Amino acid sequence: MAEASATDNPSGRRNIFQTLEIDTRLLGMVGAFVVVCLMFNILTDGRFLTSRNIFNLTIQTVSVAIMATGMVFVIVTRHIDLSVGSLLATCSAMMAITQTQLLPGMGLDYGNPLIAPVAIIVGLLTGALIGAFHGWLVGYLTIPAFIVTLGGLLVWRNVAWYLTSGQTIGPLDENFQLLGGIGGTMGETGSWIVGLIGVAASCVAIWQARRARISHDFPVKPVWAEVALMVVSAVLILGFVAILNAYEVPGRVLERTFEARGETMPEGYTAGYGVPYSVLLLIAIAVVMTVVARRTRLGRYIFATGGNPDAAELSGINTRLLTVKVFAIMGTLCALAGLVASARLSFHSNDIGTLDELRVIAAAVIGGTALSGGVGTIYGAILGALIMQSLQSGMAMVGVDAPFQNIVVGAVLVLAVLVDIIYRKRTGGS
Amino acid sequence: MVDRSGTPLVEMRDISIAFGGIKAVDHVSLDLYPGEVVGLLGHNGAGKSTLIKCLSGAYQQDDGEVHVNGSKATINNPRDARRYNIETIYQTLALADNLDAASNLFLGREITTPTGFMDDAAMEAETRKIMARLNPNFRKFASPVSALSGGQRQSVAIARAVYFQAKILIMDEPTAALGPQETRMVAELIQELKRQGLGIFLIDHDVHQVKALCDRAAVMKNGALVGVVNVDEVTTDDLLAMIIAGKTPEHLAA
Repeated sequence: MAEASATDNPSGRRNIFQTLEIDTRLLGMVGAFVVVCLMFNILTDGRFLTSRNIFNLTIQTVSVAIMATGMVFVIVTRHIDLSVGSLLATCSAMMAITQTQLLPGMGLDYGNPLIAPVAIIVGLLTGALIGAFHGWLVGYLTIPAFIVTLGGLLVWRNVAWYLTSGQTIGPLDENFQLLGGIGGTMGETGSWIVGLIGVAASCVAIWQARRARISHDFPVKPVWAEVALMVVSAVLILGFVAILNAYEVPGRVLERTFEARGETMPEGYTAGYGVPYSVLLLIAIAVVMTVVARRTRLGRYIFATGGNPDAAELSGINTRLLTVKVFAIMGTLCALAGLVASARLSFHSNDIGTLDELRVIAAAVIGGTALSGGVGTIYGAILGALIMQSLQSGMAMVGVDAPFQNIVVGAVLVLAVLVDIIYRKRTGGS
Repeated sequence: MVDRSGTPLVEMRDISIAFGGIKAVDHVSLDLYPGEVVGLLGHNGAGKSTLIKCLSGAYQQDDGEVHVNGSKATINNPRDARRYNIETIYQTLALADNLDAASNLFLGREITTPTGFMDDAAMEAETRKIMARLNPNFRKFASPVSALSGGQRQSVAIARAVYFQAKILIMDEPTAALGPQETRMVAELIQELKRQGLGIFLIDHDVHQVKALCDRAAVMKNGALVGVVNVDEVTTDDLLAMIIAGKTPEHLAA
């Protein structure tokens, strides 16, 4: 106590990253991602960084990224969930059966606007209940999560099989398919509006945080640093929108759309796809999960329990119920991922989500979630999912043989954790 | 001198607890008055920590009663203990290493905004206020507590107890991991809290420390209470004899 605690930076000098208070680990991940993209871009003679490929990469990442945000909570509380791919399949099967067999049987015909919402609610309930059941087994019956979800991996994969008799179910409802990716995008104007709302929201958030600190007389960043952060976030958001808008809907698809409406397409008419609804869903989930992690008691308890389960228990936190909640969130996100995955394919297939558990865990771990618990970020997990997907599809574009693709992805996972361990040792942080 | 004429702050009556046939605590009775520091001495495994965990809610006694301010208290978990203003500073510190000082201080009792979100700025402000009183040199409000020294961590743990206005404070070897200077700080803090009328149970191995800080010392051996003595009336050798031989000194035994 008597020893004077050193200030955060003994030399008194602060480098630019400290002034901006940017996470250097995040910077490292972004750097790795940029390197991967540039490398593939060179190897594919510029085909990797086209608006079309970026669009595809984005919609391919969504399903795994949604589950990865939930996996962060699971791993932070020192558990693991090996059943997410199978749970996705069960939820997807439930949603497919609901919309193609149950609801039409109850008088809701194909094309009825109620079909998609009811199917989605059934799927979400299935995911949440199964997740909560896992959490109950882990939290209250104290069966290790590894075992519970290893069992779940087999059980739910085959429940899905049993429910559908192994058949592919489709085509799915058209409104349902809107959340699949290319089948549902916002168009150029809508995308710009969403982008501008995003920019405004992030600027307000940055400014609010600053005002809260000032009102308590805490030190704040210089104004130029805050403005720089706002500009960077604005450029990133609007740049992303611009790229997705630049991917133009092919002419023949547009022609067909006009024909369907009984019109002829004007000469020289073009339209961009814009932001897919599935990506919007992922962004919404990312925002909600980040707010839960940082601004709610639930999030604080999740991280406290991961950091020191005994301390959390002694502080009066109900860690058993917390486990149920964490797994229920994971289950709900599996259902949402199943929604996006089956909507993208436009049908439910028996092998949907196979091996997703490994991709999801890898995404969370590459994104800086520590398996020892207590540490992890939502944005990191999403970035991790994006890096994994970039590697996979980049290698496919270059023409790397399938076995080598998986060998590389596996090696990258191990390497990423090694780099993370070295980083933590160097910085001395947790 | 401590005034022991009123109602005791805590009375533990005939507490027993067993783990798989082994009597960890065997019919122990102990009381604590406002403004008093009672030291708990004994070998490892003598039952000191186990006894005190019945009071802090970490364990439940098999037998016996706890009375707080004269009325019977039901303590089934740490949350119950907090309701009786019993705060515990554990040997293992019970801090979440990955969180910062403010998050640890308010863990389980966060300040929230009217919309239900956590008010981190308010919590940090309160933490700064209390730390300015307890440990004015403390600066690392933004770092996780894993980056703090033993003394700084201890001051976070003590701040937690003090901030929530504990009436009864349990300290389990609060100076075990500290250097001499930090130990002195904790000693001064104990004196300060005593003046404010708190009752403190101090579990310690060091008889010198207990003689210096405590009013009374309770010695345990093999789960049973050897005796409770006023520290002014015994020497450190007497205390050691009680710990090792399990016998009350002769001049007091009569």
